[in-house]
Amino acid sequence: MPSGFRDKVAILGMGCSKFGERWESDPEDLMVEAYAECLADAGIESDQIDAAWLATYLDHVHVGKSAIPISMALRLNNIPTTRVENMCASGTEALRGAAYAVAAGACDIALALGVEKLKDIGYGGLPQHNRGVLNSLWWANFSAPGSFAQLASAYRAKNNVERDLLKRAIAHVSVKSHRNGALNPKAHLQKAVSEEIVLQAPMVAEPLGVYDCCGVSDGAACAIVTTPEIARSLGKHELVAIKAMQIATSNGVEAGHESWDGSCFPTTRIASKRAYEEAGVTDPRHDIDLMEVHDCFSITELVTMEDLHLSDEGAAIADVLDGRYDSDGRQPCQIDGGLKCFGHPIGASGLRMAYEVYLQLLGRAEKRQLDTPSSGLTHNLGGAPHCNVSSVAIFGLI
Amino acid sequence: MIGITSYGAYLPRRRLTRHCVTVANNWGETPEPASGRSECAVAAWDEDSITMAVEAARDALLDAPRQTIDAIFFGSTTLPFVDRQNAGILVGALAMRQDVTAVDLTGSRRAGTAALSTALDSVLAGTKSTALAVASDMEVPQPGSSDEMLFGHGAAAVIFGNQNPIAEVLCRYAVTTDFVDHYRSAEQSFNYHWEDRWIRDEGVLKIVPAALSKAMQMADIESNAIDRLILSTPVPRAASRIASAVGIPVDRLAEDLIGVAGRAGCAHPIIVLAHELERAKPSQTIAVAVFGQGCDIVILRTTNRIESVKPRRGVTGHLANRQEETEYVRYLSLMGLLQRDEGKRAEANSPTSLSQFYRRQDMIHGLIGGLCSECGTPQFPQSRYCVAPDCHALDTQEPISFAETSAKVITWSADHLTYCPDPPLLYGMIRFEGGGQFLANFADLAIHDASVGLQMRMVFRIKDFDKQRSFRRYFWKAAPAQQTAEGRHA
Repeated sequence: MPSGFRDKVAILGMGCSKFGERWESDPEDLMVEAYAECLADAGIESDQIDAAWLATYLDHVHVGKSAIPISMALRLNNIPTTRVENMCASGTEALRGAAYAVAAGACDIALALGVEKLKDIGYGGLPQHNRGVLNSLWWANFSAPGSFAQLASAYRAKNNVERDLLKRAIAHVSVKSHRNGALNPKAHLQKAVSEEIVLQAPMVAEPLGVYDCCGVSDGAACAIVTTPEIARSLGKHELVAIKAMQIATSNGVEAGHESWDGSCFPTTRIASKRAYEEAGVTDPRHDIDLMEVHDCFSITELVTMEDLHLSDEGAAIADVLDGRYDSDGRQPCQIDGGLKCFGHPIGASGLRMAYEVYLQLLGRAEKRQLDTPSSGLTHNLGGAPHCNVSSVAIFGLI
Repeated sequence: MIGITSYGAYLPRRRLTRHCVTVANNWGETPEPASGRSECAVAAWDEDSITMAVEAARDALLDAPRQTIDAIFFGSTTLPFVDRQNAGILVGALAMRQDVTAVDLTGSRRAGTAALSTALDSVLAGTKSTALAVASDMEVPQPGSSDEMLFGHGAAAVIFGNQNPIAEVLCRYAVTTDFVDHYRSAEQSFNYHWEDRWIRDEGVLKIVPAALSKAMQMADIESNAIDRLILSTPVPRAASRIASAVGIPVDRLAEDLIGVAGRAGCAHPIIVLAHELERAKPSQTIAVAVFGQGCDIVILRTTNRIESVKPRRGVTGHLANRQEETEYVRYLSLMGLLQRDEGKRAEANSPTSLSQFYRRQDMIHGLIGGLCSECGTPQFPQSRYCVAPDCHALDTQEPISFAETSAKVITWSADHLTYCPDPPLLYGMIRFEGGGQFLANFADLAIHDASVGLQMRMVFRIKDFDKQRSFRRYFWKAAPAQQTAEGRHA
């Protein structure tokens, strides 16, 4: 096993735009907003950045292809820029690219920025996109909520759970995130909701109602990374380092082999095990102080608690309903509101999660600040349950 | 002996009640409501003459290995493609051999009997050993028209072979005259009719009895020897007058199915024939008369083998698999007769790469996957490396068809977001008996019937319409297998 890059890369600065329906903003505005905050936080000048990674997913509805848009928008110093796209895990991919470059010694300082401007398409929900010439001939027509809703039917069947109980548990997931999001001035949705409202919401994809689905938002988030040594030489003393960054990608088993029952994410199980090992985490239920997971839908967050080995198999419903992952629970999850309420500008999401963990570890999370956390986990998921990219990153103070 | 060796039928599950048609139209010219139970089978949004033909052919092919079929003759007046061989799509979907003769026959309500007759000719000529004739029609009548009270959608198939027939053809006779009771030009969607009394008196009642008499004379059959008379004419109510005119007792008239399924264009007489064959005894004589710019007559007689036919869905089974449709506006919308706002998601550009399709046509139309010769794992699609986690062998997969393999639902949802002409769209992961799984769209399944573990069978359906290019793509979907064989000997 490679040594990994635990503590080899530190975060020099981070920034995040206000997420939401940014009718007044171009992608350029969002990128600049996140970048300006990040650059000021890092305390460096633009020309100190050696390379940049741009994450966008649905480029055809905003900036178009390539990483030229980031270089243009930020007037970068003709440095190498690279666009990465791994669906909803793209933001984490950008950070991985920048962190790899620093860990490899190819760059001293690298920038990762994710942006998505989703609200220029004229209708609600995610934009439609081409799935490839062969896939479009046979793949089932499906949407994001419909594909993730599949988890619910399989989870219920596997664990013999009544629909009402599952509905109540996933409603708790959303109620909790709304309560958290209400304390976050950058969140898209800043309003607490009752369980009753969640349960009575119009159906999107059985059994997911509107409140089981995350916000479709505009936004950008960004990180500047370097080595701990360079960070210290630049005057940073309290450092957040990357402890682990692992990605596992489906290879067709879920989609085509009977070993998968549709109720979980094998990729998350694999990526989290690798990440715990890389980070030296032996007991994630004890060693991880907060999580930002890919709660694109409430059911995703629920099963992810088991896939991250935080809840026992079949126990996520009880753990969720017990408040274990609430802001005052043992392991707060989505303390910033999550995708559910902070919002989900796809390319930015992985970096937005890292941004919250970064703020929390440095004690800068204001009203939603947790009591002295020292390690946090981000989990980013691209695709659909039957074929996906799952990333798990762990951050900690050094 | 040469004759019919198998038959099959298909009727869509949805039954539009004529009552709802009448109610919706009674502010204007009210069509006369038919008496008794009155409804017609109408296609789902993802069905057309091709998909219905596939189902009817599958029903018939229970008794015949597909690789033995040498020719396919496809009769329809509603062929989806004017210039792309429609029968060729059937060849792919039925996973037949490629070295077959495939012919589209169209142009009149006699296209179904024309397919039968041509198939029989090819076997009689000795150039083919086994020939499949399939008739399928999906006329969409003009709202408020008299057609709307008679039409239906459906398909039927008949296989001819030179061994062990279940029925032999005693006589065929055809007259052709340009009697235009109705027409539908290439440029228009709906039929245009002449006066019904003229059609009945000058057309049907003169042409059909004369043709029947001539055919019976040719075959040296007394009218009293006809056990069943199948009539398909524009004037169903003239049936007893036709029978009387030729001396066939009125109680020999076959049930015309118009009250329960409607008149499915050129497929109608073949559907009624399949229905009769399902119940026929040995040595029964069945006469079929089909009107349409003349008249086709086919007279056949069942053999002893008629009772050894394997159970199939047939007309009886499909009649029992019924879902009532009383929403006239939904029916109009799904037939494309009402331009409802379908939302912006319906605007998606959906081109088809024809070169990509051709490369994988066995997979797309034949539902052919791979069976790993190394580890025995069935998988869809066929891939270079085996999907089994502990195998991953390279280039070990042999083609395997999943089209006739049963499957069960392991995950599902009903999606209100994804564009579907008839929302919500249901889909889920299905697992095939013996192995292999994929995420499939569902057909003919309502939310309240969906559940994990539900047994499914695969059906060939329209996957997407490409409105910009006037194209439609086909693929397989999973439909409930709940229907038991309620046909013969079930």
